[in-house]
Amino acid sequence: MLDISMGREITINQTSSELTFRDILGSWKVRWGINRMNYKVEPGLYRIGNPDKSSPVFVSANYKMSFDSLRKELSGFDAYIMVIDTKGINVWCAAGKGTFGTTEIINRIAITQLDKVVSHRNLILPQLGAPGVIGHEVLKYSGFRVIYGPVRAKDIRDFMNAGMKATSEMRRVKFSAYDRLVLTPVELVNTIRPSLMIFGVLFLLNLIGIGPFGFVDFYGYLGALIVGCVLTPVLLPWIPGRAFAWKGWLLGLIWALIVNMFNGWPYAPQYSLLKALGYLLILPSLSAYLAMNFTGASTFTSFSGVLKEMKTAIPAIIISIVLGVILILVNSFI
Amino acid sequence: MRNRYLKNVSTLKMGSEKCTGCGKCLEVCPHNVFVMTNGKSVIAQKDNCIECGACVKNCPFNALEVKPGVGCASAIIKGWLTGTEPSCDCSDGSCC
Ligand code: SF4
Ligand code: SF4
Repeated sequence: MLDISMGREITINQTSSELTFRDILGSWKVRWGINRMNYKVEPGLYRIGNPDKSSPVFVSANYKMSFDSLRKELSGFDAYIMVIDTKGINVWCAAGKGTFGTTEIINRIAITQLDKVVSHRNLILPQLGAPGVIGHEVLKYSGFRVIYGPVRAKDIRDFMNAGMKATSEMRRVKFSAYDRLVLTPVELVNTIRPSLMIFGVLFLLNLIGIGPFGFVDFYGYLGALIVGCVLTPVLLPWIPGRAFAWKGWLLGLIWALIVNMFNGWPYAPQYSLLKALGYLLILPSLSAYLAMNFTGASTFTSFSGVLKEMKTAIPAIIISIVLGVILILVNSFI
Repeated sequence: MRNRYLKNVSTLKMGSEKCTGCGKCLEVCPHNVFVMTNGKSVIAQKDNCIECGACVKNCPFNALEVKPGVGCASAIIKGWLTGTEPSCDCSDGSCC
């Protein structure tokens, strides 16, 4: 005769709402792009406090930052967290790829035997998981009803206190200057490798005597990077216009003018007009390109929009940089 | 200060005759695109739409349509270079 004890064992891991120093150091490292792809939590069921059969179940991605930001907000709660396998990717990106998705949720409910752990049939999902999840299909195949919680984990307490209702404020994605700032280190780190390559080429050109590329080129370039990767993202809504590349170009142009003015233009120029024009063509284009790449990190761009922007920006950037490089090379031959 | 992106680009479409006014799309949309008017959901701020597809997937009555995609330039470039559908390939960083 079969009895319940012959069923699979139900494993529930204990976790806490306290973040340790290691958790905090870990998230700092991720911001700087150190080991960011290896920041995972084991999928499965976790308990916070002392949950019973009527305690709420929250669903999280197995990216450690997603998991941590959720459990941090659950202090004082008795709850379960069902961590699904999103290959260590955050909720929003995983939902876009479909790994934070209907099938994985249905499977994970079966694996963790959630139906035996709790007596209710509600799952609280982060709202940003919605692009990957067909709520009514989860209900159809697992019997669990999907309730979308607030966008930000910090609103969870209010959401629960309001009887699992989110205000429209909690439903909206925001993108504050601080949100944008914390995304910029990775953007900068991503430019290190191509930059080293560019420096290498310039150094070679110096060696074979086509140079000389010197200090002005160096800080001009570096400034354009910072304008594109940090300044434009942080100042985004205040820069006139809508397209990211345009915004980056505008600030880059200001930077290029500053570089030229530093070097005495227009009254006591330290270098020729060709070179000054070269900077005006190259530096803003560089910033424009980097700013355009920030569309991916931003929260309010659409595929159709980015595509439209790129169709104009990319040819313009290429032409402008090529022209600029020609001017500067011609200049060094004169 | 509000962040705004390009106008008149979103591929979002609503088939009003199918909409039952269940309100799911208002619940999942992260950019406040819909409002409920006379028992039906209406696209009120189309330019806010980021084509994430959340509303389309979660509408139980298939009233909505959008071509979902990632609003990420480097993903699109990679898509062009490799001839694949652009997807947010987070392994090289900046996407998310
Ligand atoms: S989810 Fe679909 S049926 Fe429900 S209100 Fe929105 S469009 Fe209408
Ligand atoms: S695709 Fe996303 S942003 Fe656009 S209306 Fe639907 S839920 Fe809102």
